Amino acid sequence: MTIKIGLAGNPNSGKTTLFNALTGATQYVGNWPGVTVEKKSGKYKKNKEVEIVDLPGVYSLSPYTLEEVVTRNFVIGEHPDAIINIVDATNIERNLYLTTQILELGVPTVIALNMMDLVRKNGDQLDCKKLSNLLGCPVMEISALKEEGIDAVTEKAVELAKQKKSQNFVVPVMEEVQSALSQIEKIVESNKINHSLPKKWLAIKLFERDEEVIKSLGLSSLVKREVESCIAQCEKLLDDDAESIITAERYAFIGNIVANAVKKAKKGQDTTSDRIDKIVTNRILALPIFALVMWFVYYISVSSLGAIVTDWTNDVLFGEIIQGNVQSFMESSNVAPWLTALVVDGLIGGVGAVLGFVPQIMLLFLLLAILEDCGYMARVAFIMDRVFRRFGLSGKSFIPMLIGSGCGVPGIMASRTLENDKDRKMTIMLTTFIPCGAKLPIIALFAGALFGGASWVAPSVYFMCIAMVIICGIILKNTSAFAGEPAPFVMELPTYHIPSLKGVLIHMWDRGKAFIIKAGTIIFVACGLIWFLQSFNWSLEMVDADTSILASIGNVIAPIFAPLGFGDWGAAVATVTGLIAKENVVATYGVIYGIADATEESQDLLAMIAANFTTVSAYSFMAFNMLCAPCFAAIGAIRREMGSVKWTLITVGFQTITAYLVALIINKVGSAVLLGGSMVEAAIAIAIVICVITGVLLIGKSKLKSSQSIGLEG
Amino acid sequence: MKNLKEVKCGESVRVTKIEGNGAVRRRIMDMGITKGCDIFVRKVAPLGDPIQVTVRNYELSLRKADAEMIIVD
Repeated sequence: MTIKIGLAGNPNSGKTTLFNALTGATQYVGNWPGVTVEKKSGKYKKNKEVEIVDLPGVYSLSPYTLEEVVTRNFVIGEHPDAIINIVDATNIERNLYLTTQILELGVPTVIALNMMDLVRKNGDQLDCKKLSNLLGCPVMEISALKEEGIDAVTEKAVELAKQKKSQNFVVPVMEEVQSALSQIEKIVESNKINHSLPKKWLAIKLFERDEEVIKSLGLSSLVKREVESCIAQCEKLLDDDAESIITAERYAFIGNIVANAVKKAKKGQDTTSDRIDKIVTNRILALPIFALVMWFVYYISVSSLGAIVTDWTNDVLFGEIIQGNVQSFMESSNVAPWLTALVVDGLIGGVGAVLGFVPQIMLLFLLLAILEDCGYMARVAFIMDRVFRRFGLSGKSFIPMLIGSGCGVPGIMASRTLENDKDRKMTIMLTTFIPCGAKLPIIALFAGALFGGASWVAPSVYFMCIAMVIICGIILKNTSAFAGEPAPFVMELPTYHIPSLKGVLIHMWDRGKAFIIKAGTIIFVACGLIWFLQSFNWSLEMVDADTSILASIGNVIAPIFAPLGFGDWGAAVATVTGLIAKENVVATYGVIYGIADATEESQDLLAMIAANFTTVSAYSFMAFNMLCAPCFAAIGAIRREMGSVKWTLITVGFQTITAYLVALIINKVGSAVLLGGSMVEAAIAIAIVICVITGVLLIGKSKLKSSQSIGLEG
Repeated sequence: MKNLKEVKCGESVRVTKIEGNGAVRRRIMDMGITKGCDIFVRKVAPLGDPIQVTVRNYELSLRKADAEMIIVD
């Protein structure tokens, strides 16, 4: 018989640390059914019969957030045999608030009191026995970090599970509230309403007007009215609304417990954490310190150490060692040349280009995990919130964008640190607008060929990209998917602490692993396909790129780019190969113009580009390639982080259409103003863009209205 | 009667009422800001919003727009 134990607790209470310590390498990561909330479960290391499910870190079990509903539904619907509720002893009042709600659900529960060492260090005292008596469930001290007491607590949970003794806990409430609750209980009973929920809990939920519960019961309007009159009467008596009455009662109960079981040594003195905050979120110093930290993260992972390691992986490990050896091995074993080329250039070359980023990504995730685990990330949100809220993002959106200027893949993956689903989706959609390192050669090539290497070109491209992040942020904010109240920014600023090496490494590996798996699957196939298309013609003979299938496809799609000013097949093909990796854009031009080993500095290539582009079409080409769909690696990351194919397509489509419209404006208006082109065409281009934007906004608004009215009727 | 937004840094106040409705209001209460509890306004973020308060012995940040819903003495 397997025993299922749920692990519940507040964010920052050490829940993940405890889960990792209990389950080790047996973890399985999936999603909760129907939502993109991550579900982790694993087998208890010391007893494989015990399955431990890591519930989302939540502060309450209200019906308002996905995480809270998921947690509640797990406890009610999946009938875990026991629950371990981890409680941060240094922050006991707020932590016990969730505890009171968990205990009401009736499942056998044991409380794991974490961070007691810190409580003692502060000279405070906490009486476990008293706490246990007052809450009516076992309370045991643990240290998740030092892995102390964790087995005892798990064994206790297993023991409770075997006894099947259900918890019988109710928060004591005022007389007025109690009478309302009893009346509601009676109404439910006399109407023979079918349910398998704990009676007292159900009464409280109905009293709070909990929409989820009311919906699940399918109450008749008569019963609803009876319940409502009970609530209204009590609200009138106490001059407050039901939800806040219950919340206040819970905190009042906790206040009593704390007064009984906790003895504070000193009051009002600044803790170490307060002292750190005095500097780190100081009015004057906060922004410089933030800039310095971000520069350091960026410098280490993207430009200095990260670049060295990535260059080595790309050039030496994949370029020389793997590619070279496989090539000579295949040649010496007389394998057909096309097969050798497929394996060496197509597959190893393509996947290698992506896997080359692994060290950089791991390094980046390591640094981010440290910032997150020590508590600084919450301060970043605190400092930057004001700026990003203006265009519908959250303070934490800054980090993905900054990292995205190095490489979009880790940038998109860093969006994980945003808890709010809308903020996260929008950040993912906008992050790759920021030019990544691989897009820089494109800018360099065109700046050199047509603008005489003018120093204003690169900054102006960056400026345009940042402007597009802001403009698109504002537009998206007004569509149905992103509109509505901004996510409440009521955020805990956790106490700073030194992160554990193990925790940080697990954190890093969890994220990096996903990237490697993607490179090994989707990107592997995509690279093989593009290589095939650019190496063969329609009669399946190996040819140069300019007579390949890809070139003929390029000819077909080229007219699409004609309004943007670069309607030849070469530009089309270069843009398409940019999907493998943006570095390919320059290399492809080299192949097309027959220039060996072309880089953005080759004089021949610069001359050919100068002959084929005007200043306006060059800028338009740059703009399109900066903003359009990112490389396959980044699309893979988008797919992974969005958790849905639909949203991946929306993102890639949105980016490509945006890129198209921007390039269209640049080309038509630029031609009209600078090169004496047609004013009419410029006007049409502007009209099209205005139409598209208003169209998006109108559709967004009407959808929003209809969904709101449905909401009201329901 | 004033709201939490109007309270100066370094002042302690007692909550008398929480206005508004729905998710934000519940979230504020879930985080421990309930009728009768004490709040110490610790600081304002460098750019003027959000604010940082101490409530029930821990640090919480919230936007001024949300702080407006909290009526204090």
